[in-house]
Amino acid sequence: MADAPTPYERFIQGILPENPVYRQLLGLCPTLAVTNGLQAAMTMAGAVAFVLFCANIITSLIRDLLKPHLRIVIFTLTIATFVTIADRFLAAYMYQMSKTLGPYIPLIIVNCLIICRCEVCASKQSVVHAGMDAIGQSIGFAIALGSIAAVREILGTGMLFGISVLPAVWPDWVVMVLPPGAFLTLGLLLGAVNWYGMQKQDA
Amino acid sequence: MKPIEPMEPMKTSTLDRIRNNYIIQAWLVLLLAIFFGGSLAGIQLTLGPLIEANKINETLQKVPEMILGAEKALDLSDKQKLVIEPQTIEVMKHNRKVFYNVFKAKYPNGRPAGWVAKAIGQGYADKIEILVGMDHKLKKITGLFVLDQKETPGLGNKIITNEWRKQFITKKTATPLLVTKEGANEAHEIDAITGATISSRAVCSIINTTIKDLRDPLSKRAN
Repeated sequence: MADAPTPYERFIQGILPENPVYRQLLGLCPTLAVTNGLQAAMTMAGAVAFVLFCANIITSLIRDLLKPHLRIVIFTLTIATFVTIADRFLAAYMYQMSKTLGPYIPLIIVNCLIICRCEVCASKQSVVHAGMDAIGQSIGFAIALGSIAAVREILGTGMLFGISVLPAVWPDWVVMVLPPGAFLTLGLLLGAVNWYGMQKQDA
Repeated sequence: MKPIEPMEPMKTSTLDRIRNNYIIQAWLVLLLAIFFGGSLAGIQLTLGPLIEANKINETLQKVPEMILGAEKALDLSDKQKLVIEPQTIEVMKHNRKVFYNVFKAKYPNGRPAGWVAKAIGQGYADKIEILVGMDHKLKKITGLFVLDQKETPGLGNKIITNEWRKQFITKKTATPLLVTKEGANEAHEIDAITGATISSRAVCSIINTTIKDLRDPLSKRAN
């Protein structure tokens, strides 16, 4: 096999070069849905990080036992278990946040990002590779969610993490906390990331 | 192995047949399913009580607000805290028993403060769960809180906003509430949320049903 990425490369790639939202365009559903506030976005990023890390580790441990026609079933089974654990933990220890996030925590099961990392990295490389990949991708996902949530929350409510940052004269652009604002912010930030990437290439 | 003639099927040995059986091939799936199922059962055993306690706490915390209104409930010092007594009221409807979770609130000196009933009904998208606060004579609505809803974000889910809910406070229970689209003029009318008439009507209908069902049982228990 040609040079498979080292754990360090997996880690660095996950943060920006293969950023799950801005480059791979995966997991866009929670990205659009929960980014109307920074706190919700960071909780979602934390839950995804937990599930991604645990699913990657388990998948990597059993990678030699996987059969081609049953591997997706096993990935989904593993991911569903960890998402349920995360959901129960949130309901027990962060009840209000669990109610705010609502159905989007169970929807992490169908987040393409996690099943993609299981398929591409965890089922083929060792536990160390899988772990570093999970951490890198989680950081990338958190950066993506955080950037979109920050823009939407500041422009939409003048607050960050529920604390006022803009002066009271700011007329809240309510559209930013509604779904159209999500699409607008994601599209514009995606364009900005692409433009930055092209600048670096030309340089 | 003796060479096989063409057109002669290969006899599969028992071991091969076992190996090719789909259920046997899925041994890992089944093993993982049992293992994960067991861990989830363990998690539920540990965390289940905590989650139930969270839900009950949320309801109990809302009860003083439902009876006295948000500002007065916050002002209550520890000595003035209302004594809350959960009760289950059984009502016969269409030959079926329906249970209501009701909270009776009393002042520390024993004087009754009011009632809060938890009610569930069908909304536009899914069930809506609400808390309705009433004065202890069941004459007026003193509070409304939406515990759980899955209405359309931006439209139906505005039923949770304070702005819409505060219409209900001080409404008399004698006449059923009616939802209007043009703006509430009569005493028993509620202004619908623009673009969310069905969600607005659902909440009113739940409140009307609850009041109708609980009026008799609760007035009997008023003392």
